[in-house]
Amino acid sequence: MTAETDTATEVVEERQARVTSRDLLVALARDPVVLLAVVFLVTLVFAATFAGWITPYDPLTPNIFAGRAPPLSTVSGLGGVEQFHLLGTDALGRDMLTRLLFGARASLAVGFVAVAVSGIAGTTLGLLAGFYGGRVETVIMRAVDAFMAVPSLLIALFVLFLIGGGLINMVLILAFVRWVVYARLARGITLSYRQSSFVEAARSIGASDMRIIFRHILPNMMSPLLVLATLEIALLILAEAGLSFLGFGLQPPEPSWGLMIARGREYLREAWWMITFPGLAIFLTTLSLNLLANWLRTITDPVQRWRWLI
Amino acid sequence: MISAITGGYFARRLLTSIIMLVLVMSVVFFADRQIGDPARMVLGTTATEDDVRELRERMGLEDPMWVQYQRFIVGMASGDMGDTFRYGISKPLNHGEIPDSRKTLPIAMDRLPPTLLLGGATILFSVIVALPLGIYAAVRPRTFGDRMVNVLSLAGVSIVEYWFALILILLFAVQLDWLPTSGYGTAAHVVLPALALSLRPIGRITQIARSSMLDELAKPYITAARGRGIPLRKIASVHALKNAAIPIVTTIGDETINVVTGVIIIETVFGWPGIGALTVEALAIRDVPLIEATIFLLVLMVLAINLIVDLIYTVLNPRVRFGA
Repeated sequence: MTAETDTATEVVEERQARVTSRDLLVALARDPVVLLAVVFLVTLVFAATFAGWITPYDPLTPNIFAGRAPPLSTVSGLGGVEQFHLLGTDALGRDMLTRLLFGARASLAVGFVAVAVSGIAGTTLGLLAGFYGGRVETVIMRAVDAFMAVPSLLIALFVLFLIGGGLINMVLILAFVRWVVYARLARGITLSYRQSSFVEAARSIGASDMRIIFRHILPNMMSPLLVLATLEIALLILAEAGLSFLGFGLQPPEPSWGLMIARGREYLREAWWMITFPGLAIFLTTLSLNLLANWLRTITDPVQRWRWLI
Repeated sequence: MISAITGGYFARRLLTSIIMLVLVMSVVFFADRQIGDPARMVLGTTATEDDVRELRERMGLEDPMWVQYQRFIVGMASGDMGDTFRYGISKPLNHGEIPDSRKTLPIAMDRLPPTLLLGGATILFSVIVALPLGIYAAVRPRTFGDRMVNVLSLAGVSIVEYWFALILILLFAVQLDWLPTSGYGTAAHVVLPALALSLRPIGRITQIARSSMLDELAKPYITAARGRGIPLRKIASVHALKNAAIPIVTTIGDETINVVTGVIIIETVFGWPGIGALTVEALAIRDVPLIEATIFLLVLMVLAINLIVDLIYTVLNPRVRFGA
């Protein structure tokens, strides 16, 4: 290797250095609001995962002596044991904080799993449609059009009515209604890369279609996909809460934020905490996810990210 | 404004919409038939086999599936989507008694005006609030005001509409007693549900208005206009806004469709006698023909909104108008 190419490589490296995870952390530290959002999300995931160890109470066992205790109150439970309830209790005397933590499990599970399933399925279909064109594309994109013609929540409501609620059904249905957004995005980007020189280069050295699609085109759309997926998690958490609130999603006594709001609605006048805290939990979670998505979009955009990385 | 070319374009779009509607309703029809015997659902578990058989005959359920499907499609085209199973029937049924049936489509159509009123008020309010906010943020990027607008619009998108609705009820109806908790009739009844529904559209429209205005304000013709001494306020609200309008109109259209979905929950919370609340009621009492009629109207509304947005495109964008 000559000295000339060495310098050339160096210059290129200097200019187009990839964004490392360290750069991301540095950029994150400069944006306190987003940092706060990330800290909140990490704490939430951690707390939801280890909910059973964090709280001494059971999310399902009622306590008839402690119904509708306001926040920061101490009530005597079975056998005269003093029990402290930071966020109060619900109508059946179950600890609000405990139910919020277990409810976080449902919300996060629905959000993450449904996004993973719909994201993988939708992206794959979009890649295939964009890459192959022709009849494959027609069939896939017609299906996308049909799904876009009806609001997702209406489809979800109708399918839940047909097959019944519950956690698993909820995840499957939300994945089923939201794959189209990834398919549209993936197809659009694939179309713009299909004729590009790097795809041609890969093909000319004998790479298979699948290799070109998944090793060459897919990595080039990871950042928009990541942004979209983050937004979708927020959207699905809201959708889960809405469907459960209407009585078509998770079923009592499963702890779900949407269900907790639905129950709290009956005690709107007497117990403000029953409705305030679950709503705040959803709000803070989706707000954090939206802030994170917004930030990811800026940071992964080569035109905008220099402002944050220098 | 609409030329012959766009006329043909609209005929095609209208045809696609009708095909889509028939397709969606066909899926609904066949899916509905999988959840149980409608005659048994009407009469309840106490009815005898003979009663059920008689009602099945009367409802045409003994006919072959394709005859029923044909009847469904023809009925949809002629505005007769069958009778309700049990909507509005309060007393329990006795043996052999067959409930009075009523046509589902008129019942559902009666619920349309309140929904259109609520949806219209929501979108109007959202646009009036969101457009100035977005433009305000776009003309002073990365300032404190811009950041505030950004965080507020994200908050609007993140909030749970029905929870916010309940908090509004708690605050303005229960505590302060300024506005009614629920119901329909006077202007005061519209305020809380429209406010609850408008947060999300306000957030989304503000964001899109801001970003498309930012893109537009960076273009050379803006610099040229500023060079000629035209005040930025005027450039932004007259010249740039017109050219940035397409993504904004798309978002307003999308958000109008989201409001159609949003009314399903908000109408239930506020006891608003619209199509959304009726949909939930119909699903809850498993009244299949009424479910079909409400879904039919909701999908029809969405397709109509899409067509209207397309129509606005042709007015805004000459490239679409001249059939490019």
